[in-house]
Amino acid sequence: MRYPLLLGALALVVALLFTVSLLVGPAALGLGESLQALLAGRGEAVVLVMREIRLPRAILGLAVGAVLGISGAALQGFLRNPLAEPGLVGVSSSAALGAVIALQTGLAAAFTLALPLSALAGAALSVLLILGLAGPRGGALALILAGVAISALAAAGVALILNLSPNPFAAMEIVFWMMGSLADRSMSHVALALPFMIAGTVLLLTLGRGLDALTLGEDAAEALGVRLGRLRLTLILGTALSVGAAVAVAGAVGFVGLVVPHILRPLVGARPSRLLPAAALGGAAMLLAADIAVRVIAPDRDLKLGVLTAIVGSPFFLHLIWRMRRVEA
Amino acid sequence: MAHPSVRSMSACARASRRLALALVAGMTAAAPAVAEGPRRVVSINLCTDQLAMLLAAPGQLLSVSHLASEPQTSAMVEEARAYPANRGQAEQVFLLQPDLVLAGTFTARSSVDLLRRLGVEVVELPPANGLADVSEHLRIVGRALGREAQAEGLVRDYEAGLERLRSDLPPARAAMYYPSGYTTGSGTLADAILRHAGFSNVAAELGLDGGGNLPLERLVMAAPDMIVTSAAYPGASRAEELLAHPALRAVQSDAGAAEVSDADWICGTPAILPALRTMAESRRGLESERLTQWDGTR
Repeated sequence: MRYPLLLGALALVVALLFTVSLLVGPAALGLGESLQALLAGRGEAVVLVMREIRLPRAILGLAVGAVLGISGAALQGFLRNPLAEPGLVGVSSSAALGAVIALQTGLAAAFTLALPLSALAGAALSVLLILGLAGPRGGALALILAGVAISALAAAGVALILNLSPNPFAAMEIVFWMMGSLADRSMSHVALALPFMIAGTVLLLTLGRGLDALTLGEDAAEALGVRLGRLRLTLILGTALSVGAAVAVAGAVGFVGLVVPHILRPLVGARPSRLLPAAALGGAAMLLAADIAVRVIAPDRDLKLGVLTAIVGSPFFLHLIWRMRRVEA
Repeated sequence: MAHPSVRSMSACARASRRLALALVAGMTAAAPAVAEGPRRVVSINLCTDQLAMLLAAPGQLLSVSHLASEPQTSAMVEEARAYPANRGQAEQVFLLQPDLVLAGTFTARSSVDLLRRLGVEVVELPPANGLADVSEHLRIVGRALGREAQAEGLVRDYEAGLERLRSDLPPARAAMYYPSGYTTGSGTLADAILRHAGFSNVAAELGLDGGGNLPLERLVMAAPDMIVTSAAYPGASRAEELLAHPALRAVQSDAGAAEVSDADWICGTPAILPALRTMAESRRGLESERLTQWDGTR
């Protein structure tokens, strides 16, 4: 498929899902009524529902999906390993740990930006660890095992802090931090996270040329003038900014960064520079679809996003492992 | 040489022992009802804790649950400090050698079953679902403790209080909204409190029976006249963050808002009278606000 056509088609799907996301919710609103309220501000209560409840949810669905998709594609390009994904290698759960620390110490209440910044620090730390433990020469096994260990440790930290919190509701929210949800998010969450997610995405998009060169091997890439140290730093910063901010407001949603690049890679001729924007759009589409599905399946129950993405994503993961086994054998 | 305070304490102890003997003698003579009641009572449920503290004779109640001394849940924190706290496990309770255990029907079933197998008498109290249940529960616990006369006195005071606080204003539409969107619909104590204080319950109007979650969207669309929320717990949670949602704030700024103490609403005890008073005042406040607005537009 021609590349611009693919991007156009993906953008169209995202726009369509964004609109559907605005129209789905527990309050049964008519199509005309809700669009009029959203665009023209007609009808008091309906305007509140559309602009303050559904719009931020749709925006966050799009943005969180996009950053998960693109950071998955970037990590896979840099490590030249299709199993790298922010959820699986522990970046998301480390960001969740950072966010929970900021919330439970009261830092986030005293200083609003502490929430995304602390999540960002958690994410950055885990990317550093992963690159150190399973860098380009580390291989798939080292990557996955390091990811398992980092995820387990971060998840244990989240559970410990929330169990010890004086707030009786905190311990019930372990599931939110591990599975992710966009329920009851507001424009203040959008304002808090969106700038970081945009900055991270822009940084990750600049990696394209370097990752293309890296497909030829590190020596060849350096011969082509790619500075690997700088590439690594941009990757760490871009992933931390985007995933950190996404997790701070939506919890850790897994598998989006695995499934989306895997489906799109053959369609872009396996070139990382082309995969990055396509994965951002694909991720947005996948998360918006998942968020619509949780509202249709269980309208009043706040089914977690990660439940759906794991049901779709785990078979992909198993399939990838199966394929790698055959290659290695 | 003994310290003066120790000396005076032991004197005190002697005196109080004599006093206790005298009291026991007096009680057996004057109030045989108490003597017939259980002597070692342990309560393991927040609501029976409070009823027992209101009704028990001195020395009759040995221990109450740890929740009774939590200010967020208990309306009788000060009184509860006088009793050792238990966590409701059968082992801990059995070691107190009770001849009566008071429990809620939703109290840990395994503990209650185990205590019964060990031969301890357990009286279970269902949660209160209406204002009349308070009188009934006072009488049940009063009977179990052999304190019928005290129970009747408290029932009289409570019912007089109810009568004083009955609102004659036309009902205004109120919604209870708690962390993570929890609310209470028809057939609950909170619903009865709202109706008695001059409100109708929006959650009941939306078809909710008992407790459950109400999505924020549906609350906004229902446009209540009054939103009742609870005070925040220490620490942070997403569940409570919902109560600061801009959409909810917008509805609250149009409607009235009341923040109430959970402790007064959880249990069917006479402590719901302060809750009723708060709500009745909110109802009158809403009315005077309406009148001034109406004057303003005229």
